[in-house]
Amino acid sequence: MRAVRLSVVTAAATAAALTAVTGCTEKSTASGSDAIQVTAADSKCETSTKSVPAGQVTLKIENKGSKATEVEIVFPDDRIVSEKENIGPGTKYTLTAEVKAGSYEIACRPGMKGHGVRQKLTVTGGKVAKRDPRLDKAVAAYREYAQEQADETLPKAEAFAKAVKAGDIEAAKKEFATSRLGWERTEPVAESFGDIDPKVDVREDGLEDGQDPATDWTGWHRLEKSLWQDKKIGDREKKLADQLVTDLTDWQKRVGKAEITPSSMANGAKELLDEVATGKVTGEEDRYSHTDLSDFKGNVEGAQKAYELLKPVAKENDAALATELDKQFTALNTLLDKYRTDKTSYDFTSYDKVGKADRKELSDAVNALAEPLSKLAAAVVK
Amino acid sequence: MTDTTNTTETTAEDAGAPAPSRRSLIGWGGAGLALGAAAAGGAVAMARTGNDVDPTAAETGAAIGFHGAHQAGIATPVQDRLHFAAFDVKTDDRAAFVQLLKDWTRAAARMTAGHAVGEGAYGGLAEAPPDDTGEALGLKPSRLTLTIGFGPSLFEKFGLADQRPEALVDLPKFPGDNLEKTRSDGDLCIQACADDPQVAVHAIRNLARIGFGKVAIRWSQLGFGKTSSTTPDAQTPRNLMGFKDGTRNIAGTETDRLKKFVWVGEDDGPHWMTGGSYLVARRIRMNIETWDRTSLQEQEDVFGRDKGEGAPVGKAKERDKPFLKAMKPDAHVRLAHPDSNDGATLLRRGYSFTDGTDGLGRLDAGLFFLAYQRDVRKGFIPVQRSLSRTDALNEYIQHVGSAVFAVPPGVRDKDDWWGRALFSKEA
Repeated sequence: MRAVRLSVVTAAATAAALTAVTGCTEKSTASGSDAIQVTAADSKCETSTKSVPAGQVTLKIENKGSKATEVEIVFPDDRIVSEKENIGPGTKYTLTAEVKAGSYEIACRPGMKGHGVRQKLTVTGGKVAKRDPRLDKAVAAYREYAQEQADETLPKAEAFAKAVKAGDIEAAKKEFATSRLGWERTEPVAESFGDIDPKVDVREDGLEDGQDPATDWTGWHRLEKSLWQDKKIGDREKKLADQLVTDLTDWQKRVGKAEITPSSMANGAKELLDEVATGKVTGEEDRYSHTDLSDFKGNVEGAQKAYELLKPVAKENDAALATELDKQFTALNTLLDKYRTDKTSYDFTSYDKVGKADRKELSDAVNALAEPLSKLAAAVVK
Repeated sequence: MTDTTNTTETTAEDAGAPAPSRRSLIGWGGAGLALGAAAAGGAVAMARTGNDVDPTAAETGAAIGFHGAHQAGIATPVQDRLHFAAFDVKTDDRAAFVQLLKDWTRAAARMTAGHAVGEGAYGGLAEAPPDDTGEALGLKPSRLTLTIGFGPSLFEKFGLADQRPEALVDLPKFPGDNLEKTRSDGDLCIQACADDPQVAVHAIRNLARIGFGKVAIRWSQLGFGKTSSTTPDAQTPRNLMGFKDGTRNIAGTETDRLKKFVWVGEDDGPHWMTGGSYLVARRIRMNIETWDRTSLQEQEDVFGRDKGEGAPVGKAKERDKPFLKAMKPDAHVRLAHPDSNDGATLLRRGYSFTDGTDGLGRLDAGLFFLAYQRDVRKGFIPVQRSLSRTDALNEYIQHVGSAVFAVPPGVRDKDDWWGRALFSKEA
């Protein structure tokens, strides 16, 4: 958890945010004839037109299937422009959105699951936002990664919650660090939903003046303190475990709506290293459990994922930077491996056993990687 | 000042430089660049004649020439502030390290001339962090000097073992030393001196940033209130014990003494060190509170000089020749004097430091001692041996950090770089 909100990744959950995204100036009034008729069914998604002018786009949706469905307009990188969930069988819904010229897809997701059935949609007029298709691919893959991390985190968080609710301190301790990994890997995306982060990942000193730790402090670190320092689980902790699962479910549902761009991915990677540099390497993050190195590894893995996806373009624009980043990622990962016996396990040395000189070595390696990583965005947008 | 080759170097880095100049931002405006350069040059010239009786505000903003036979920051007039940093080398890639030395040299030339690093602090790509960190924008060059040194441990790397100078010895353990590893040693060091602390801190910060991945800061020290002067006509500064410090220091004008005691000669070896010097850095903590409770008589006895004028015992004026036998046998000045050490003489360039308090409410303060010499074995070591055994001052001080460095000769011109003679076979 960081005190300052991240600026490069912002949630685009509302129409207002979408206007900012599309920067649309040409507005056309949505008359009935301009509207796109969308007929959704259990295995099909029919649209009345493949092309509309930029501006206000209206979808007149009818669900003729037997399951509730979800209809979305998505960017080429899979980011959601606008969506309506839970359109029941036999019901109709009108969805409107500001859409800039470019290529999109309309997706119907019967049962509100999976990739869905899709139709191409070309929005014409005005300026077409041109982007390297490799970057769109990178963003789409990163979005998928962020979603996977959230999807995989939930069962782990549930296992952690279950152990807490059973009053089993030892079992809960074992689940704690792994339940955080997916979150740590995609923290800049997760933190872009400003309301979730303070609920799940705040530390006691992150509370605001007037907030009472007894009632206002929630999430992983609150439970961490109970398990390792207070060594007891009461009714409050059990409720907090359920709350954590609820909040993470919210995150899982919203990951797809995060506004992600190639440069926000690149800077997000750098921010993951910032997380390490300010919280983990000092031992502040997991001060009771000392599982900082597991979070550390998660942050590095997430940064590396973003980098690897952007690498084809970055390498073309700045080969020396890519060489340096490859070298420094390897160096940092090699160093981290010294703190675990099994390279497939996230069972790292307890951070209170890591001496001052070794912490300095880790800190130096983080600086060595983070400095060139801060130049990745420039190499991508060149 | 006698370093005639250390000419005002404002041309190469100034002419047509695209980056915003700190100097151009302080009000000279358009044609002011040339005027600024001329003004800076004038001040440097004045400094170089040794006529800077008292470095006043009028000239403290000037630029000190970066290029020359010797590195600036040794015999050049001492500035008011210090940021000293020792680095560990983190790479075993010789080419990468050499590239860093070149990058550093270029950045140092720019910063000492009052320019921002690289493409500057603003105006570049919105998605990328700026090259320069920006906190020195609008500030004058402030006589910034940047001086590099190579520690003994560097010569264990990059196959340099046979290039380690014999004069660069590991310092022996002196009685009373209480050295902290985290405040000692280092593969290399950069001494940044300036009249504005922000300019000195900016320089180290930006060099450290350029160096990430290749080097990492091992320790650093901020200093203020120079405790020795290299311009003896100026008023002798005082250390935190309230005594004048550096009355008989080597001046930048004393060509003969510099040649004899400070600059490495051609026959001294190794060849790459000709024109260089050796630096000893010691963090000397003062027991400020107990010193302040010490009677005036005892304080003056400890030093062997009076507190007001700085005159040696039995004499009237600060610069009167001391009669050492009139001082107590354990007086600091008596023990440190060249006459007591077979003529051993150091060029001192130390600074006071105060790093807040130590948790027990005591000032964490003292003297960050910097001394340049032609040979550590004939300079610092004999003097400190004598002091560490018997100096009455030892009751009030403790050496807590220590490092020694070989300081290579100056960067000759814009194609030259720090350490070229050491790292280039043809040199």
